[in-house]
Amino acid sequence: MQQTRTVELGTGLFALLGMGALFFLTTQTTGGKEFTASETFQVTARFENVGSLRARAPVAMSGVTIGRVKGIVFDPYALDAVVTFEIDSSYDQLPDDSDASILTAGLLGSQYIGLQAGGSDTFLEEGSELMFTQSAIVLENLIGKFLVRGGSGDEE
Amino acid sequence: MTGVLRDVYFTVFEFVRTFGALQLFFLRLLMYSPGILVRRFGLVVGQVYNAGALSLVIIMICGFFVGGVLGLQGFSNLAKFNAEDSVGAVAALALVKELGPVITALLFAGRAGTALASEIGLMRATDQLSAMEMMAVNPIRRIVVPRFLGGVIAMPLLAAVFSAVGLLGAHVVGVSLLGVDVGSFWQQMQQSVELADIQEGIIKSVVFGFAASLLAVWEGYNAIPTAEGVGRATTRTVVITAIVVLIFDFMITAVAL
Repeated sequence: MQQTRTVELGTGLFALLGMGALFFLTTQTTGGKEFTASETFQVTARFENVGSLRARAPVAMSGVTIGRVKGIVFDPYALDAVVTFEIDSSYDQLPDDSDASILTAGLLGSQYIGLQAGGSDTFLEEGSELMFTQSAIVLENLIGKFLVRGGSGDEE
Repeated sequence: MTGVLRDVYFTVFEFVRTFGALQLFFLRLLMYSPGILVRRFGLVVGQVYNAGALSLVIIMICGFFVGGVLGLQGFSNLAKFNAEDSVGAVAALALVKELGPVITALLFAGRAGTALASEIGLMRATDQLSAMEMMAVNPIRRIVVPRFLGGVIAMPLLAAVFSAVGLLGAHVVGVSLLGVDVGSFWQQMQQSVELADIQEGIIKSVVFGFAASLLAVWEGYNAIPTAEGVGRATTRTVVITAIVVLIFDFMITAVAL
């Protein structure tokens, strides 16, 4: 009897510890900033260069995640990248002249889309396209420009 | 020449036959499992204790030090890019996705798999299994299925404990010893670990649990009934489980990416 009790107690403790560990992993190590919304509407934007933006990247306004990138395709006729993203339908009063830029979270973080509100009276809706966009900053180009400018400065 | 061909033929033939027999054995275990889980749950609990609770010490100690090493290595390499703060993210991703399930499965094979194989193998060698059959007790149901289920239940829980204790180890080394900021340690981790990563780890540990438990009871049940045979079955359990787990790990990672 004593033997059985020890086994049961040990097993119970083990199972609780295992589930506790699992709970700890799922709640404490993940950010929980996965964007979930039941109702969304889709908006597109064209970018000259999307850098390393990926599908599922967050779409943020004033730093708050309001949507996520659904897909990125290259348009072979206009020669630019078309980014489709979905936005939570509860945010249905965003001016349709808002501009979208591809930003980087931190120095080496992942890229996301930042929206900056415009001043228009008409709002974004299903199928709207954002007109004002700013491409991702590509570090190599930046360094290249800096080097060229630095070089010409020396000559003067 | 024909002799060599015949050898090759029989080796291949024997391999395919063994593989098929293993599949059928697995199906039989699965078929008996629901009944045993419902009617003889006490037997399963005893085996969860044997395979899981008794493996906790080795899992926790190894997990702590693996996490600690990740903290050290991550810190010294990330410091080259002034990114020491990311050590939490590196350790968490490595533990949850790879090292937790894989090392737990290898330790599980060494600690619990060998115990299962030698226990069942010794029962075979001392004719206990035949004696049960004489008494119209199905040894697969009474002996093998509870041990198999015990391993299957214990393995994912052990992997979760391993990862959690590993994070504790990484925290102790990274934050307490090397002075990474607590806030950025956890924040960077939470930014980079997604629920999908943890799902991948859970799927891996469940698959490894099935593989390691199945191979252990299979080797034990089919051990040659001699002292040498039981010893060989125990060795084969560890070797084959290690190979199978690492191959499965590669395949699951390839699918998940």
